[in-house]
Amino acid sequence: MVTPGAMVEIADLRVRYGAREVLKGISLEVGRNEVLGIIGPAQSGKTTLLRILNRTLDDVPGVVITGTVKVDGVEVRQVRDVFALRRKIGMVAPLPVGLPLSIFENVSFAPRMAGIRDRGELEERVERCLRQATLWDEVKDRLHSLGTRLSGGQQQRLTIARALSHEPKILCLDEFSVAIDPVTTMRIEDVLKSLRNQMTNILATNLVQQARRLADRTAFLFNGELMEVDRTEVIFSDHPANRKTYEYVNGIFG
Amino acid sequence: MFQATSFTRRKQLSELMARTLFLLMTLMMVVPLLLIVGYLVYQAWPILSLDFLLSNPKHGMRAGGIWSPLLGTIYLVVISLAIATPIGVLAAVFLNEYARDNWFTRVVNLAVVNLAGVPSIVHALFGLGAFVLFARLGKSILAASLTLAIMTLPVIIASTKEALAAVPKAFREACWNVGATRWQTIRHIVLPNSISGILTGVILQVSRAAGETAPIMFTGAVFFKAVKEGHIFAYGLFDQCMALSMHLFTISTQVPDVPKALPYGTAVVLLSTVLAVNALSIIVRVRLRSRRKW
Repeated sequence: MVTPGAMVEIADLRVRYGAREVLKGISLEVGRNEVLGIIGPAQSGKTTLLRILNRTLDDVPGVVITGTVKVDGVEVRQVRDVFALRRKIGMVAPLPVGLPLSIFENVSFAPRMAGIRDRGELEERVERCLRQATLWDEVKDRLHSLGTRLSGGQQQRLTIARALSHEPKILCLDEFSVAIDPVTTMRIEDVLKSLRNQMTNILATNLVQQARRLADRTAFLFNGELMEVDRTEVIFSDHPANRKTYEYVNGIFG
Repeated sequence: MFQATSFTRRKQLSELMARTLFLLMTLMMVVPLLLIVGYLVYQAWPILSLDFLLSNPKHGMRAGGIWSPLLGTIYLVVISLAIATPIGVLAAVFLNEYARDNWFTRVVNLAVVNLAGVPSIVHALFGLGAFVLFARLGKSILAASLTLAIMTLPVIIASTKEALAAVPKAFREACWNVGATRWQTIRHIVLPNSISGILTGVILQVSRAAGETAPIMFTGAVFFKAVKEGHIFAYGLFDQCMALSMHLFTISTQVPDVPKALPYGTAVVLLSTVLAVNALSIIVRVRLRSRRKW
C-alpha cells in the first residue's frame, strides 16, 4: 500500500502561547516509514511540534496556530473526527504513564474505545502489541495485574504497546528515555529498530546520539526555529549546513 | 567532637517546648468532645431504648419518644441528597473536565464558593420565597428538602471537583492520545479513581443536612406532628414533618416541664446519627482507596 506523498507535511507552522512564540515558521516533511529524529535543547519546541499532529494542543488555553499541518494528506485542523486522527498517531510521553488498569486493559483500552468488542480480537491485539514492545515474555503470566505496578522501564514499554494498540501509521516518541535507565533505553531502541519499515517514526530526543543511532534523517530545532534537517550522516558529520548544528551535536553549546 | 554546645541545648529545649505545646492543643481539642458525648449519654441513659426511637412524642412533648422527628429528619436528608447529589456531581464533572477557563466558568466557580459560605438562615428565606410561596409547594417535606439541597449543593460541587482534580492529568492525556473521547476518559479512568472522594464529600453533607435547623424551620418543619409509629412511609412528600434538630430546640427551650432526659436523649440520637454517618464515610473512603491503583 504505497501512497505517494509524505506522511507528514508541515508548512510555515507558527505556534504562539499568548505572546510567546514557540514555533517560528517551521516547514518540514516526514516520508512514509521514515524515521525522523528531532534534536534540540529544552524549550526548543519539540513537544509542541508533536502535539500539533494529534491536535492535543487544542486544549491549551491561549494557543494560536497558523500554517498548514497535513497528516496522511489531510489538513489536521480541518479533520472532522479528531479521535480517528489520534488513532492514526501513537504518542509516547517522556514519563511512562501506566493507566490505573490491568496490563491487559492498558493495551486493549484504545481498541475498546474505538468500538472493538470481540474478546478474541482484543486478546490477539494485546499479545501482538506487547510482543512488539518486547514486554510480552515478562508479563504474559500476569496480564490481569495492575499496569501501574510495573517498573519504570516496563511501564514505558507498556506505554509503547498502548501507543501501538490502535494500529497507528505514525509513532511519535517524546524524549522517551528521560526516566529510564540506559539498559532499558537500549532495549526500547531495539524495539524501535524492529518497527522500522512498518510505520513512520518521529523521535524527539534530548540525546543526540539516540537520533544518530536510529534516525534516517534528523532535524535540529532550536528556539522554535528549524535550524537544519538533513540525512542523519550529514547532521553528524563535520560539515552540516548550519554551524549551530555542529556545535550542538558536538556539545559545544546546548 | 560531638559535645553539645549551648546552641544545641537551646535548640533541644525549644524543640521540646514546641512539641509539648502542639500535644497540649491536640488534647484540648479532644477533651471537650469526650466530655460532651460522655455527659450527653450519662444524662440520656435512663430514657434510651428502642421504644424511645419508635414512639411519637406524647403529652405535649413531655413524654413518649422521637419517632416522628427521627423519621422526618431521615426523609429530609434522603430527599435533599437525592436531589443535590446528581446535580452537584454532574456539574462538578462539567466544571472540572469539560469547561475551559473563561468568564462563564469563573462566574460559576465564584458562585459556588460564595454559595457555600451563605448562612443557613439566608437559604431558609430563599426556600420560603422560592419553594413554599412562588412554586406553591407550601410548607412541606419537598420544599424543605429542596432548600436543604440548595444549601448542600455548592459544597458537593466543591468536594467533587477536588476529588476529580486529584486524578493525575497525565492519565487523561494518555487516554486522549489514544483517541478516547472526554466521556470515555471520564467513564473509564476519572470516575472510577475519584469515586471514593466524591462519596466522602456527599456523605459528609448528610450530617449537615441532618443538623441544620434554620433552613427547615420556615419551609417544612412543624412544632408537633404525630405519624404512624414504626411505619417507614408514614410521611407524604407534601406533608409537613417534625425534625430532630428542631425538636431538640423546641423541647429544650419552648416547652416547660419537659423531663430532663428527653432533650438529652434526642441530642444523643442526633449526634450518634451524625457520627455513624461520618464513620460510614471513613469506611467507604478506606475501602475504595485500598482499590486505588497508582
